[in-house]
Amino acid sequence: MSTTLIITLAVVLFVLVVFQLARMMEYVSLLRGEEKARTENDQLQGKLMLVFLIGGFAALGYSLWIVRDHLWIEPASVHGHWLDSMFFVTLFFTGVIFILTQVLLFYFAWKYRHRPGRKALYYPENTKLEMWWTVVPAIVLTTLVIIGIYRWFQITGPEPDDSMVVEITGQQFLWNYRYPGPDNKLGDFEFRYISGINKVGIDFNDPASRDDFMATEMHVVVNKPVLLRIRAKDVIHSVGIPYMRVKMDAMPGLVTRFWFIPTITTKEMREKTGNPDFNYEIVCDQLCGNGHYGMKGVLVVDTQEEFDAWAKSQPSFYETYVKGTDEEKHFAQVSEQLRKAREGEAQKGGKH
Amino acid sequence: MAHDMQQPATSPVTDHVHFQTVEGDIREPEHIPHHKENFVTKYIFSQDHKTIGKQFLITGMFWAFVGGMLSLIFRLQLGYPGQSFPILETLFGKWAAGGVISPEFYYKLVTMHGTLLVFFVLTAGLSGTFANLLIPLQCGARDMASPFLNMLSYWFFFAASVVMLISFFIPDGAADVGWTFYPPLSGVREASVGSRAGADFWLISMALFIISSLLGGLNYITTVLNLRTKGMSMNRLPLTVWALLITAILGLISFPVLLGAAILVLFDRNLGTSFFLDEIYISGQHLDQVGGNAILYQHLFWFLGHPEVYIIILPAFGLVSEVLANNARKPIFGYRAMVLSMMAIAILAFVVWAHHMFVTGLNPFVASVFVFLTLLVAVPSAVKVFNWLATLWQGNIRFTPAMLFAIGFVSLFISGGLTGIFLGNSSLDIPLHDTYFVVAHFHIVMGVSAFFGMLAGVYHWFPKMFGRYMNQTLGYVHFWVTLIGAYLVFWPMHYMGLIGLPRRVWSLDAYQNFSMYGDLNRFMTDAAMLVFFAQILFILNFVYSIFWGRKVTEKNPWKSNSLEWTTEIVPGHGNWKGPIPTVYRWPYDYSKNGEEFIPQTVPYKPGEEKLHH
Repeated sequence: MSTTLIITLAVVLFVLVVFQLARMMEYVSLLRGEEKARTENDQLQGKLMLVFLIGGFAALGYSLWIVRDHLWIEPASVHGHWLDSMFFVTLFFTGVIFILTQVLLFYFAWKYRHRPGRKALYYPENTKLEMWWTVVPAIVLTTLVIIGIYRWFQITGPEPDDSMVVEITGQQFLWNYRYPGPDNKLGDFEFRYISGINKVGIDFNDPASRDDFMATEMHVVVNKPVLLRIRAKDVIHSVGIPYMRVKMDAMPGLVTRFWFIPTITTKEMREKTGNPDFNYEIVCDQLCGNGHYGMKGVLVVDTQEEFDAWAKSQPSFYETYVKGTDEEKHFAQVSEQLRKAREGEAQKGGKH
Repeated sequence: MAHDMQQPATSPVTDHVHFQTVEGDIREPEHIPHHKENFVTKYIFSQDHKTIGKQFLITGMFWAFVGGMLSLIFRLQLGYPGQSFPILETLFGKWAAGGVISPEFYYKLVTMHGTLLVFFVLTAGLSGTFANLLIPLQCGARDMASPFLNMLSYWFFFAASVVMLISFFIPDGAADVGWTFYPPLSGVREASVGSRAGADFWLISMALFIISSLLGGLNYITTVLNLRTKGMSMNRLPLTVWALLITAILGLISFPVLLGAAILVLFDRNLGTSFFLDEIYISGQHLDQVGGNAILYQHLFWFLGHPEVYIIILPAFGLVSEVLANNARKPIFGYRAMVLSMMAIAILAFVVWAHHMFVTGLNPFVASVFVFLTLLVAVPSAVKVFNWLATLWQGNIRFTPAMLFAIGFVSLFISGGLTGIFLGNSSLDIPLHDTYFVVAHFHIVMGVSAFFGMLAGVYHWFPKMFGRYMNQTLGYVHFWVTLIGAYLVFWPMHYMGLIGLPRRVWSLDAYQNFSMYGDLNRFMTDAAMLVFFAQILFILNFVYSIFWGRKVTEKNPWKSNSLEWTTEIVPGHGNWKGPIPTVYRWPYDYSKNGEEFIPQTVPYKPGEEKLHH
C-alpha cells in the first residue's frame, strides 16, 4: 500500500512541476515577444521532427534485432509456405511505401519549418502528379489482389481425394476430436444426441458411426492432406493452428471446413526447435467466454506408421462407452422422440 | 460535384458583409431570440450548437478517461500476469480478489474499453463535438437546422452513457462478450457472467446511442445542405465540413442496421426467438431455439461496423486537412481529389464489411470479391496521404500543438493503414486473423490516429470554444510523449501477431508457443502508463485553460480563412452579431499573390486567378 502511495505522490508532484514550468514558459514567451518566441518554437519543433524520424527508424531496427528469434515461426504446412512468400511480397511493397512516406513527412516538416522571411508556395494542385499517385498504388494493389485471390482459391478449394478427415468440435473450453475409424467414414450427428457422455452428438443409428473414435489430441499424418470438419456446441470458437497457418471459425449449427498438408512431424520440429517438449498447439481464436484463454488443444503430426499404430489403439466410442449402458437407453429414447416429432411435422405438412 | 450556386461577385466590393438572402435562413439578425437565458437553458438543456458541441466533447473526454483507465488495468494483467496489486482489490473487490485481475473482470474490461472508445469517444466525442461546433460556424449558419433535435441528440447520448455506467455496478457486472457482441455468446445468458443482465444494459444503451447518432446526423446533413451562407457553394466548403457531412451520411445509412441487430439480440435473449441461435447445447441443456444463424448477426454487425471505422476516421481527415493547410500556410493540395477520395472511401465502406469474416466459413468466392473491394480502399487512402505530404512541401510550417498532432496523425495513419493491406487480403488474413497483428492495426489506424485528429481539433478550436488558449508547452509535452508512447505500445503488437498470438487472452500460461513475449508485454504496459499520464496532463491543461488560460485578444488568432474566425471571439447564440458574412472564395487561399492569407469573405480582385472555385 505504501509503495502505491509513494508512486502516486511522485506522479502527482511530477505533473505539478511540469504544469508550473509550462505556465512559466507562457509568461516568459509573452515577455520576450510573442513573434520571437513562436519562431524559436518552430525551430525546436522542426528539429525534433527530424530527431523523431531518425530515432524512430533506429528504434525500429533495434526492436527487430532484439526480437529477431521470435518474429517468425517456420511454417509446417504446404500452404504455409505460400502464405509466407506472399507475406514477404506484401511486406516489400508496403515497406517501400512506409519508408518513403514517413521520411518525406518528417523531412518536409523539418525542411519547411517557419523561419523569419520565409514564404510558402501557392501550389493548390497538379492533376498529373495526382494521376500518378492514384495509378501506381492501384497497380501495386492489383498485383497483390491477384496473388492473394489465386492462393485463396487454392487454400479454400476442394480437398485432395486422398485426404483423411478429422472432426473437431469446440465447446466451452476445450476441443473434442472425432475420427472415422477403420471404415474411413464419419458417422452422422444430431445436436439433440449430445449428452455428458456423447459429447459431440454422434448418431448411432448411422452404421458408419459405430467404429468412430474420440481422441484427446489431434493426430495427423505428415505429408498427407487432412480435412478438418469444424463444429461448435455452444458458442462460436475458432480453430487456430499457428504453425500450420490454419484458422477457421467453429459455428454452432454449421459445419465449416479447412484442409491442409502438414510437412514436419512433431518429432522433427522438436529437433529443429531444440525443445524436447515442443508441441503444435491449437488455439481458440474467437472470444468464447471467460475461459477462452485456456482453450488449448494439441496437434501431433505422426509418420504414417506411428499414426496407424495410434489409431489402432483407439477403441470405438460406441463399443466402449455406449453399448449396453444407460447412455444407449438414453440415446434410444431421444431417437424415438425425434422420430415422432418428425412424423408429426410431416403430418402437419400434409394437412395443408 | 455541385456547381457554384451563386455567381461569385466579380467586382471589388469593399463592404464584404451582406445581409443573407438565401431562402432557408430563417434567422435574420433582428429575429434572434433575445429571451433571457438562465443557467439551465444556457449550459444544460441548451439548444446552442456550440454549447452542445462542448457537452459532447466533455462527455467524450470523461469516457476517454474511463476507457483508457480500463485498458491500463487489463494491461497490468498482460504485463504483470498473476502479480498482486492490492489496490485493485480495494477498488474492485471480488473482481480482483487478492489484487489479481480475474478472467471475468478482464473480459469485462476489454469489452467495455472497446465499446466506450469506439462508440462513446471516437464517434460521439469526435463527430458530436466537431460537427456541432464547426458545421454552422464554417457554413455560415446561425445554428443547426433543428436546434431542438440537436439538443435531444446530446441527451440521448447522455442517457446511453447513464445506462452503460449503471451496468458497471450491477451484481454480475458489465457485458464481457467483446465489443462486437457476437451471439450466441451474447445471445444466451448461460454463456458467460457478462452475458447476464450486463448484456441487456449494453444493448439498451447502444439503442439509445444509435438514436442519438441518427438525430445528430440528420441535423448535420440538413444544415450543410440547406443553411450555407450566400456564396458558400459546396466546393467552397472547408474539408472539415465535407468530412463531417460524409460521416453523417455514412452513419445515417449504417447505424439503423446495428439498431436492428441489437433489437434482434434482445429478442433472442428475452423473448425466446432464434434469429441468431441454432443447435446449442450449453450448461447441460439443449436450447429449443433453433433455425437461426450466428453468421447473420456478423453480417448485420459489420454492415455498420465497417462504415463505423470510417465514421471515426473521416472527421479526423477533415480536421487534419484544415489544420495542416492553415499551419503550413499553403492551400490544401488537391482539394477536389480530397473530396472525391473521401466520397470513394465512403462508398467503398458499404461493400467491404465481410473482410471481417474471411474465416467464418463464408463462401470463398464471396470472400474473393470482398478482397478486391477492400484493397481498393487503399487507393483513395494513398491519394490522401500523398496530398497531405504535398501540402507540407514548400510550406512555411508553424508548429502549434494542433499542427504537431496533425503531422502525427499522418504518420500513424500511414503506419496503421499499410498493415490493412495484409489483413484485407483473405489468404494472409488466415494466419493473422484475431491475432495481436489485428490489434496493432486497428489501434494505430483507427484508435490512435482518430485520437490525434481529435486532439489536433481540440487544440486548434479551443480558442473559438472558450476564448482562451491552451498552454502551448504542455501541448508540446503532451504530443511528443503521446506519439512516442503510442508507437511503443502498439508497434510491438505486430511482432506478437506474426507468430499467431491470439488476442483477448487473459493469460498466455496455457501455451508454450507464445511464452517468449513476457518481457515485451511488460514493456508495452509500462509505455501505456506513460501515455496515460500524458493524457492526464492534457486534461489538466484543458480544464485549467477553460478558466485561467491566456485570453484570446484577436478574432482570428491562427490567421485562418474560414468563416468561424469572422465571429466575435466568443460568439453568442446566433453566432454573428450583425448579418452573416457572404463568401466569395474557397477557404484555402494561403500565400496567394504574396498575401499570407485571404479569408473567404474577401471578394476576388479584378484579374485574380480563380482556380475552379
